[in-house]
Amino acid sequence: MPKIKIDGIEFDCPEYWTILDAAKFIGINIPTLCYHEGLSTWGGCRLCIVEIGKDINTKLVSSCTFPVQEGLYIRTASKKVIKARKMILELLIAQNPTAKVLQDLASKIGLNKIRFKPKWENCIYCGLCIRMCEEQMMAKAIGFVNRGNKLKITTPFDKNSEDCRRCGGCIYICPACTIRCEGSHPESVLCNGCYNILQPTCLDVHDNYSCWMGLEGECGICVTTSTNQKINEKKEI
Amino acid sequence: MTQSKKNVEEVNIIIDEVFLDKSIKKHGNFLIPILQDIQESYRYLPEEYLIKVAEKLQIPLINVYGVATFYQSFGLVPKGEHIITVCLGTACYIRGGTNMVDVLTKELNIKPGETTKDKKFTLETVHCLGCCAISPVMVIDDKIYGNLTRAKLRKILNRFRENEEKLK
Ligand code: SF4
Ligand code: SF4
Ligand code: SF4
Ligand code: FES
Ligand code: FES
Repeated sequence: MPKIKIDGIEFDCPEYWTILDAAKFIGINIPTLCYHEGLSTWGGCRLCIVEIGKDINTKLVSSCTFPVQEGLYIRTASKKVIKARKMILELLIAQNPTAKVLQDLASKIGLNKIRFKPKWENCIYCGLCIRMCEEQMMAKAIGFVNRGNKLKITTPFDKNSEDCRRCGGCIYICPACTIRCEGSHPESVLCNGCYNILQPTCLDVHDNYSCWMGLEGECGICVTTSTNQKINEKKEI
Repeated sequence: MTQSKKNVEEVNIIIDEVFLDKSIKKHGNFLIPILQDIQESYRYLPEEYLIKVAEKLQIPLINVYGVATFYQSFGLVPKGEHIITVCLGTACYIRGGTNMVDVLTKELNIKPGETTKDKKFTLETVHCLGCCAISPVMVIDDKIYGNLTRAKLRKILNRFRENEEKLK
């Protein structure tokens, strides 16, 4: 049983686990998108990245596909991770700003600007629908077609597929075909209607989120008065 | 590669089962070489064939379709008799690959990815053919033409056209 250390917690875990399994086991939340318990892992969205290694020899890996190893040192919420994760989410939202799942994630991890031109597509290529159709519905009616910027998900020849059982599993699992609630600015790329404003300030000072409750950016308890003041000032203007 | 071109009928392709079985037997259930065989003889992958291949190899049709749409050398619409592939990789690009595309676009009246009305030529572009030393490069029907200039390109094209006339 390999011994690993996640965010300072050391423990043994079965060798067939991934980093994500281990993090879940001890209650550390890592955001995921293309991962689903009932399906094979794919590692396509990269949202679940974590930092492994110590000092300067660190590397970002996708936790849903990376198997645990003896002595693995993992940080799930370091500066590097948060920065990369925000960028990934930024790209995903630019692809499909209408998905509630993405908007909620943005609020959660404190993303407050999108620097890319929104594409308003309705798919983020997470591949969940394809795996759902294949692995749970045993239909294999849909799949990736074309490649590069022409990539899309469809049935053979874009026709009604005989293999499709009309079960709706693909729609059920799709994170992109959810409609976001109309926040204060329904037209904008990022709605940030809810709880994006109160972000903890740990990262301004430390290299990791050091939330003793393991809430990483959701609590807002430690938001300093200075940030609150800034927000209030903004509101007044 | 032996070129055994069959008549391209766009509607109601009759599936040549013997040909297909032979190909499957030869390639031992590997999808891509089988699709290559079909592409070679029909100059595209007819829908009927893809369905048949999926059936015979007992794999989901979407997998066959996915592969057929992934690779540039496969097409779902008939390609021309001669396929002209111009390289636009870095070396060829710098040494005037785009000019070659321009000439061909004008001469043949088609854009890259398209086929002439008489189904004689298809124009395609690739990113590096691995012979940058003789750039700019183009390939017509598996034959490589290097160190191209506009004049040289026109000459080659005219030779092809003359051959066509002679055959007639
Ligand atoms: S509705 Fe059809 S395409 Fe969607 S999961 Fe079910 S069988 Fe697959
Ligand atoms: S349609 Fe939905 S589930 Fe399928 S790949 Fe796109 S975003 Fe993912
Ligand atoms: S308003 Fe809140 S819940 Fe609604 S989409 Fe925006 S962040 Fe999500
Ligand atoms: S959840 Fe791990 S890469 Fe998508
Ligand atoms: S760039 Fe054209 S052959 Fe390499």
